[in-house]
Amino acid sequence: MTNSAASKSVAERPPLIQDIARIREDFPILKQTVHGKPLVYLDNAATTQKPQVVIDTLVRYYTTENSNVHRGVHYLSEQATQDYESARTKIRRLLNASDDCEIIFTRGATEGINLVAHSYGRQHIGEGDEIIISAMEHHSNIVPWQILCQEKGARLRVIPINDDGELLMDDYAKLLGHRTKLVSIVHLSNSLGTINPIEQIVEMAHSYGVPVLVDGAQAVPHLPVDVRRLGCDFYVFSGHKLFGPTGIGAVYGRAELLDSMPPYQGGGDMIKSVTFEKTLYNSLPYKFEAGTPNIAGAIGLGAAIDYFTALELDKICAYEHELLKYGTKRLSTIGSLRLIGTAREKAGILSFVIEGIHAHDIGTILDSEGIAIRTGHHCTQPVMDRFGVPATARASLAFYNTKADIDALVKGLDRVLEIFS
Amino acid sequence: MVRSDKLDDLYQELILDHYKNPRNRHYIEEADIKAEADNPFCGDEIALQLKLANSHVGEVGYQGKGCSICRASGSMLSEAVVGRTLEEIEELAATFKGMMRGRELSKIDTETLGELKVFLDILKYPIRIKCALLAWVALEEGIQKFRSRA
Repeated sequence: MTNSAASKSVAERPPLIQDIARIREDFPILKQTVHGKPLVYLDNAATTQKPQVVIDTLVRYYTTENSNVHRGVHYLSEQATQDYESARTKIRRLLNASDDCEIIFTRGATEGINLVAHSYGRQHIGEGDEIIISAMEHHSNIVPWQILCQEKGARLRVIPINDDGELLMDDYAKLLGHRTKLVSIVHLSNSLGTINPIEQIVEMAHSYGVPVLVDGAQAVPHLPVDVRRLGCDFYVFSGHKLFGPTGIGAVYGRAELLDSMPPYQGGGDMIKSVTFEKTLYNSLPYKFEAGTPNIAGAIGLGAAIDYFTALELDKICAYEHELLKYGTKRLSTIGSLRLIGTAREKAGILSFVIEGIHAHDIGTILDSEGIAIRTGHHCTQPVMDRFGVPATARASLAFYNTKADIDALVKGLDRVLEIFS
Repeated sequence: MVRSDKLDDLYQELILDHYKNPRNRHYIEEADIKAEADNPFCGDEIALQLKLANSHVGEVGYQGKGCSICRASGSMLSEAVVGRTLEEIEELAATFKGMMRGRELSKIDTETLGELKVFLDILKYPIRIKCALLAWVALEEGIQKFRSRA
């Protein structure tokens, strides 16, 4: 959703702030104190907290259902298989993909990108070919392509960004050409908060017949994602950033593309039959799921998706947008503070530097106040270089955050300034 | 505002003073020993130059970017090594590293370290230990390189 659409739904259906108190009750970790202060968790872009229902689902799975999937004829295995596959269906619905077979479970977004690089990339990218990424990519959407480019003699091209942290679309248009074989782009930047115009990016790439991978690790928990509307060919995300367990995520891939791609890893579950002479690969999506998968993780992610979708995404977007506006306004009152990432289309991220104070000092002092933020380069070193800073402090929001959390952050920053005055 | 004792330990006056007013900031072009180190995770970068006078360190230059702990550590190092031989400096570096790894300090260690003992409190912040060590690691590497050249 764009900001304008988010603001529209604020007007139409104001989020019920009193609901947030009830929602927070669902997250046991938020009730604790840290260094004697109530925990203020503002590191949601790193990982999100888990609602009780997700924790309970993991316990229930291991207590009553634990077994291997797609193998046994016994009761437990059938139950586990059913729940595992129903988690796949939940992801398919969340992303509005056409078919469950287009959803492949991975360890997370990083493995998703590696899967595409390894399978699609190795098959289609050769010497002199080009892969386009952007200047705001997470290292996970840079390094797999660098490895591939090195192996194949291909070239990585980078769409530059402006001082607000927005893509320079004219430069993108110039980069596209007959050498371009793939575009891989982040939907919502983890260090800047920028929401990229994916539909437009895809349309432009497709006019050259070039497929597009979208890194949705940050977008899925904050924006409605419809892979068919976006038109993208691959979409990856991580469960742990969507209130689910760590070690589970998914790749969406258009069935037609996935079908034509070689397997990512070899092993059990991804085969139909094996002899020493020849192996027949399994059909989609199992062709890409070698070995016993993270069954509990997948089922836990399914529970997280149920929880998340029940909250109604347009309400979440509108509420988070209000929080972001409030946070931006409050932080702007600190004179020596500079926000990094001021795109017009933005969500959930307040990345900043304070003159003369290193981000790690900010982080340590805030921690002593029970406030958890991320400090460092956020696995986006090229972004830090672009803005000429070694690191930033980053507060990242989720729907369970409140204006009181922002107030605590601002008060904590007062303390930072006091110590370093 | 009441500060927790723990935070006061980390941001002691001495550390803040060295952070705000780093010593020996000049660059020594004709140094005998030059060393650089960075920690890309934090964005900390430091550079050291040592000029020998006979067998002792006569002059030190130190430039640093980064957090308060890293910069204060470099600044204090630059003061601590002047007038010492390379052997004494290596001993001091080993003692400092030992302290930062939680080794118990003998009376002699305590005397050797002097003001540098201020970093003992950083042990309560494990993630910041490497910030305190960066300049010392660079120094040791610089000395080793100098020796292998000689």
